[in-house]
Amino acid sequence: MNVTPVSVLRGFLSLVVGLRITLREFFKPTVTLLYPHQSLPMAKRFRGHVELTRDPQTGIPACVACKLCERACPSACIRVEGAKAEGASRRAPTLFSLDFTLCSLCGACVEACKSQALRYSRDYNLAGFDKAEFHYDLLKRGEAKKA
Amino acid sequence: MLNFIHPELLRLAAFLGGTLAFVGFNAAYIVWVERKAAGRFQRRPGPTEVGPAGLLQPVADGLKLLSKQILLPPGVDAVLFRMSPVMILVPTILCFVVLPFGDGIAPRNLNLGLLAIFAFGAFNVMALMLAGWSSRNKYAIISSARVVSQNVAYEIPMLLVVTTMLMVTGTMNLDEIVRAQDGGFWNWNILRLSQNPLMPVTFLVFYVCMLAETNRAPFDMAEAESELVAGSLTEYSGMGFGNFFMAEYANIVIGCSLATVLFFGGWQCPFGAFPGVWWFLAKMYALCFSVIWVRWTFPRTQFYALLNLSWKILIPLSLATLVLSSVAIKLFHSFKGVPPA
Repeated sequence: MNVTPVSVLRGFLSLVVGLRITLREFFKPTVTLLYPHQSLPMAKRFRGHVELTRDPQTGIPACVACKLCERACPSACIRVEGAKAEGASRRAPTLFSLDFTLCSLCGACVEACKSQALRYSRDYNLAGFDKAEFHYDLLKRGEAKKA
Repeated sequence: MLNFIHPELLRLAAFLGGTLAFVGFNAAYIVWVERKAAGRFQRRPGPTEVGPAGLLQPVADGLKLLSKQILLPPGVDAVLFRMSPVMILVPTILCFVVLPFGDGIAPRNLNLGLLAIFAFGAFNVMALMLAGWSSRNKYAIISSARVVSQNVAYEIPMLLVVTTMLMVTGTMNLDEIVRAQDGGFWNWNILRLSQNPLMPVTFLVFYVCMLAETNRAPFDMAEAESELVAGSLTEYSGMGFGNFFMAEYANIVIGCSLATVLFFGGWQCPFGAFPGVWWFLAKMYALCFSVIWVRWTFPRTQFYALLNLSWKILIPLSLATLVLSSVAIKLFHSFKGVPPA
């Protein structure tokens, strides 16, 4: 270390510059998201587990229970049962279950769907104590979220 | 009713109670300010969960420390190990005996107040060294070696600067030092350029030495957590550890109080009106904030750089200010200290 008065002065000034920068940051607003209390809305193309799209007015799923998604799923984690109710114009699902413990989020079901009845949800706060918590009944899950 | 108790005993009790409360409160809430400020400097909010704005966080931390067991690792020197947390806190509290908080608000108005602070302050090093030594831990021993060499290196410029101030003020009585800076900030010692043209530099040297003496970042070699776990404090748990922390923050308060008294006119108001204890506290806490600010701005220095800074820059600088002010005082002022025999 070669100490000269000039180097000492220069070093001191660089310290002042550093102090100025941190003080400026001090008065800026914080950028931290207080996670459990707040959470970010996920991006449009975020791929969460699939969910059923519903008619925005009636809340009835667009699914026609054709089982294409069930067949397309490489992990066999989707189960669909459907029936045509008396007087209804089309078939409707009576059961739509997703075993999220097996799902690899490949999206084959979304692509296979002919009636745009499946989409990726933006749920990501998913944690549980039991595997059974991840066997979703998508018919009920969508309703619960609406309420 | 209290007539039969000696007034000096009451005074002692008041001092002990008051100082312990002050030290405890400061240690707790400077930690809170430090954590909040550290957050803000990094654009985080800091503690928010316990109480409004995290204000009860220190209470929660204190309860946690109090409820933890103080472990005695096998092979430690039990007496020294138990003694050092006490030894670090007691002299620190003794330093508060002479601090003048306001006009006439000082536990004891000693004529050698300045000397008393440095005498008690020197215990800090010994307690840290003994803590590291008695812990039977390699990190703790490396840390105590660092503490000693760092404090020896920084004690010299610190005392040279204080000697300079002593010549300028002509007294070791902290109360009189403050009284001499009466009436407006231009009378504060930091702006007494006629007696020492390098006065602001003298303050900076004092400030840097104070940071080093209290083992604060960027000079926190003693507990460089990335190298030495927690340095001398590695083996301490519970309130044994808490005591070291309280002492560290109490030392910061003492250092900042001393800087306030020596350079910024103590309880005197900057514009010559309403002198009072609040000015002292405002100046002292502003300095404490700057200590935190420095910590969260600069990275830790290398150990050799630390010693180089002291021996190659601070000691020559403080010697220069000493010589300059003695020349200035000899030429332009009559020395007002000790009267000729």
